[in-house]
Amino acid sequence: MRGNAAMHDLVAPGNLGAVLDLLAAEPGAWTPIAGGTELMVAFSAGRLAAPKLVSLWGIPDLRTIEVTSQSVVIGAAATFLDLRRHAVIAAEFPLLAKAASWIGSIANQGRATLGGNLVNGSPAADSSPALLAYEAEIELISARGRRRVPYSQFHTGYKRNVLAADELLYAIYIQRRFVRHKQYLRKVGTRRAMAIAKVALGATALLENGVIREIRLGAASLAPFPTRLLQTEASLLGKTITRDTIQSAHRALLAEVKPIDDIRSTAEYRRRVAVNLLDEFLLQLRREESQ
Amino acid sequence: MSTKESATSSKHWPTIRFNVNGEARIVKVPPMKRLLDVLREDLHLTGTKEGCGEGECGSCSVRMNGELVNSCLVPVMQAEGADIQTVEGLALDGKLHPLQEAFLCHGGAQCGICTPGMLMAAAQLLEHSPNPAMAEIREALAGNLCRCTGFIRIFESVAAAVDAQSAGPATKLTMEQTHHAR
Repeated sequence: MRGNAAMHDLVAPGNLGAVLDLLAAEPGAWTPIAGGTELMVAFSAGRLAAPKLVSLWGIPDLRTIEVTSQSVVIGAAATFLDLRRHAVIAAEFPLLAKAASWIGSIANQGRATLGGNLVNGSPAADSSPALLAYEAEIELISARGRRRVPYSQFHTGYKRNVLAADELLYAIYIQRRFVRHKQYLRKVGTRRAMAIAKVALGATALLENGVIREIRLGAASLAPFPTRLLQTEASLLGKTITRDTIQSAHRALLAEVKPIDDIRSTAEYRRRVAVNLLDEFLLQLRREESQ
Repeated sequence: MSTKESATSSKHWPTIRFNVNGEARIVKVPPMKRLLDVLREDLHLTGTKEGCGEGECGSCSVRMNGELVNSCLVPVMQAEGADIQTVEGLALDGKLHPLQEAFLCHGGAQCGICTPGMLMAAAQLLEHSPNPAMAEIREALAGNLCRCTGFIRIFESVAAAVDAQSAGPATKLTMEQTHHAR
């Protein structure tokens, strides 16, 4: 069944304060919509339940990308084209720029927003492995004030997150400390363009004399929501990359991931590919370290 | 006032203003109406086609404020004040855009449903990258699906338009120039 536009209201107050007042006045009644690349798909298919929507498109405070000496602060409604075109993101956070280039088509990238990708909460979200590997923080805002949470604690279940009914995702913080880190991101999907991930792995690591001093692994489509692979990280921290450490990392990885069978792939395939991606990253680290 | 009344009564529909192909247009429609449907049903600009209706196929591609968008995914309320270019705005004074000429000469169109979207995506590319490599052409059109041509003739048409532009006198029509010319 087709969506009927007359059954939904959409308002565009045009500034952040007015949006927050609306959310505060009727918590849960208003569904925020930014670039519409998720919600309009649901609407067209007649699957959009939200009777009242409030537009976040065209609100300048939500779309700025601010660079300080310490961090890059990305407004939640910055689009993936905004990210791809940003010089500091391209230079220091190549995983995020790469993930942005994977989101749908150019037309989707000009409308889809980083905040929308996170709030939508798909387990396969393209931007999530990169943000987990960079240990991003999320800032939430409401008429009551602002608060920050680590991105790794933002998702709480399948399509569930820590946002209160009157809160918006405001900004994404990434620290400018990854220039010396080895960085890795790979997505395995059905085709190169316009495909949703069967499995994706993002990683950053810092080695000293062959010993892993820092490592962060972010995975998509291996659990009900994008997740850090903390057990796998723990199995590798302080180790040199040998056959034994790689094998113990495999065991840790297989013990902590919870992939499922669905229309895009099978749990078994996802487990095998996850192991292969981890191998690819670790072998790349070892190769680069020995050079 | 209940939600249902406010959502369904035409009395509460907002007046939305925007420019389409350089002309000021005003519509009074449900704010969630898709830009695609407003273009086709309210403004009778039926060059823009609906394919999948979910942002996968690119048939409904138009340019909004200088960016390529799938008009099936834009609620018209978000087009308030925007500059929109549809395939009807590509030709200027009865003269086809170089991309349109190239699609004609090089077999870039068969059934024609994807063609307006292909043209708009290609026009967007050429405005940002006047001399694109084949890989860039392929990336720029990756969100536009065609079930007839097998894509090769489309890519060749875009490449031919690039060659024609660099060989002949400058006929690059940006959105802004199109508007001024009208």
